[in-house]
Amino acid sequence: MKAATVILEALKREGVDAIFGFPGGVLLPLYDALYDSDLRHILVRHEQGAGHAADGYARASGKVGVCMATSGPGATNLVTSIANAYMDSVPMVAITGQVARHLIGLDSFQEADVTGITLPIVKHSYLVKDANDLSRIIREAFYIASTGRPGPVVIDIPVDVTREDVEFDPSIVPDMDLPGYKPTVKGHPKQIREAARVLAAAARPVIYAGGGVISSDASEELRELALYGHIPVVTTLTGKGCFPEDHDLAMGMVGMHGTQYANYVMSRSDLIVAVGVRFDDRVTGKLEAFAPEARFVHIDVDPAEISKNVAAQVPIVGDAKRVLASLLAEVKKLELSPDRHLPWMEQVEAWKRDHPLVVRSEGDGEIMPEFAVNKIWEVTRGDAVVCTEVGQHQMWAAQHYLTRQPRHFISSAGLGTMGFGFPAAIGAQVARPDSLVIDIAGDGSFQMTLQELATAVQHDLPVKVCILNNQWLGMVRQWQELFWGRRYSHTCMECQPDFVKLAEAYGATGLRASTPDDLEEVLRVGFAAEGPTVIDIRVKREANVYPMIPAGGTVDDMLGGDR
Amino acid sequence: MKHTLSVLVENKPGVLTRVAGLFARRGFNIDSLAVAETENPAVSRMTITVDEQDQPVEQVTKQLHKLINVLKITDLDPGSSVERELLLIKVRADTQSRSEIMQVVEIFRAKIVDVNAEVLLIELTGTREKVSAFMDLLAPFGVVELMRTGRIAMGRGRRPT
Repeated sequence: MKAATVILEALKREGVDAIFGFPGGVLLPLYDALYDSDLRHILVRHEQGAGHAADGYARASGKVGVCMATSGPGATNLVTSIANAYMDSVPMVAITGQVARHLIGLDSFQEADVTGITLPIVKHSYLVKDANDLSRIIREAFYIASTGRPGPVVIDIPVDVTREDVEFDPSIVPDMDLPGYKPTVKGHPKQIREAARVLAAAARPVIYAGGGVISSDASEELRELALYGHIPVVTTLTGKGCFPEDHDLAMGMVGMHGTQYANYVMSRSDLIVAVGVRFDDRVTGKLEAFAPEARFVHIDVDPAEISKNVAAQVPIVGDAKRVLASLLAEVKKLELSPDRHLPWMEQVEAWKRDHPLVVRSEGDGEIMPEFAVNKIWEVTRGDAVVCTEVGQHQMWAAQHYLTRQPRHFISSAGLGTMGFGFPAAIGAQVARPDSLVIDIAGDGSFQMTLQELATAVQHDLPVKVCILNNQWLGMVRQWQELFWGRRYSHTCMECQPDFVKLAEAYGATGLRASTPDDLEEVLRVGFAAEGPTVIDIRVKREANVYPMIPAGGTVDDMLGGDR
Repeated sequence: MKHTLSVLVENKPGVLTRVAGLFARRGFNIDSLAVAETENPAVSRMTITVDEQDQPVEQVTKQLHKLINVLKITDLDPGSSVERELLLIKVRADTQSRSEIMQVVEIFRAKIVDVNAEVLLIELTGTREKVSAFMDLLAPFGVVELMRTGRIAMGRGRRPT
């Protein structure tokens, strides 16, 4: 069998049902094999879009996302999306074409050292030198990408390798050769008992839950633990949806633009149970002043995360799902009374009641961005799969689009990649064809990857892009306003396309909402429209995201809490 | 405090780059590094010296462990391990100084491996401290050039490192 066909067959063996890719010279044998294959291929318009779509697909489905790009510029265009997947621990396999083996190292046409370039942003990578290794390497790549702490794996394949003839039996799963890779999934029983003990003894406990809860499908276990122990839950941006945000115990997002009450809860807690989080600087602010009275139970599948930024008193290495289930069983043995920390829960409720997120419905007849997000939530009844770009709109979406289920909020958190949301929404729509998938976008971010409109139209993926259009690079402008003396250096984006006409030019639907009264109707029409739709929501131009704890600050430095 | 990490890795192309790249990306410093095949040709050993002052060694080992090709890491206890460096040094030696240098060589149990009218080429193995002391003593004679390998080390006793 031709090695190119072996690649596709091995992908099918791993359960792949869609590839996001863009062809090129050295990928010709592979694309020729694809011509006869029943594997679905989504042709993007830029390789970065393929990577983000695979990322969105993976986050929406829990499966490994697959993207493909040709050698040289095709592969370097993938770099941002590989880095993005690495930072947010998303399982992804990126297949890149490489020049023929005898041309490697000679600065050949469209040659780039892809395994070298991607070295610091992959979980692992392969340069395939022998076609007979392909089947095993693909097996290993999917295993590595999806187990332990998930992450991207690059497989760089020289074109002459894909032209070879090799033996392949799809019914035989090849043995893996990974002597150095053994992720710890089961937490240490003694540590779990200790965690249960400190949790039972805590006067002011809180659960700090992140993306790891979602990637290990541990939402149910987390919910049970929180409910049984009456423990408030704060989440990170990637953890959004791991605990239903409309629940009484849900404190919403914590950190720089988190809710006031989430940050109060964290800062006054005496025990933080951290699950699948990495104590990012956007969460902790000034590390020395972060949660000064708290002890930490830290549950993570990656041992290197434990005590990296904050020293954990009870470290537990393991998969969140298994560890939380064991922890719940241990906690139940201790028969916790719901009244054991009554004053704390009263305090938590008071914070939540007295310092809610504020939604101003309008500002001088203009649409307030929070109001727009709130309206999107109302119209979709909170059930949509929401992707975001990066910036102010992302924070407004995180604050105001209450997410009830895991894998329903998809955002570029660690890398903060503008242009992520739209292609990610395309990938999410491929993974969940029957769901309403919305990209809450900014006008700046959307312009970075809007060429994927053609992808959405071609493949009939009815993604809804809601641009909170303030004609600024709003988040940078906000920092300029607050910290740089209102010197708005190169953040004004008044020169922009007419997004309605742009959508129409691509064969999509374009709509615009300019007043608070229009908005609901426009959203309803847009979400009901058949194909991909761009909704240009003109929002108040100089609105800021609040609350805000300035970078490196503490909860006491919070700006604009109660407006 | 200096730590000597004995790291077993798969002997595959690019593994050294992965290890070196990890140190660069995480901002860790390598004091010295020695790499070669082990008794098993599929496995190489890297002996890496790092300074606890520059970075928490626990983070270094945990991050190293995340590399798929890293098989085993041992943080060698200096009290129960043997460490060695190899030094090659070329020193100016005329008729007057030659015998003086040879006395130093004698004391350190070093070896003269090449001689001509102007220089002596000397080989020494020993701990980092011994090698440094030897270099200090030879410095006044005029060092033409010197090379030292990174540290290698092995745990004492029956158990493999």
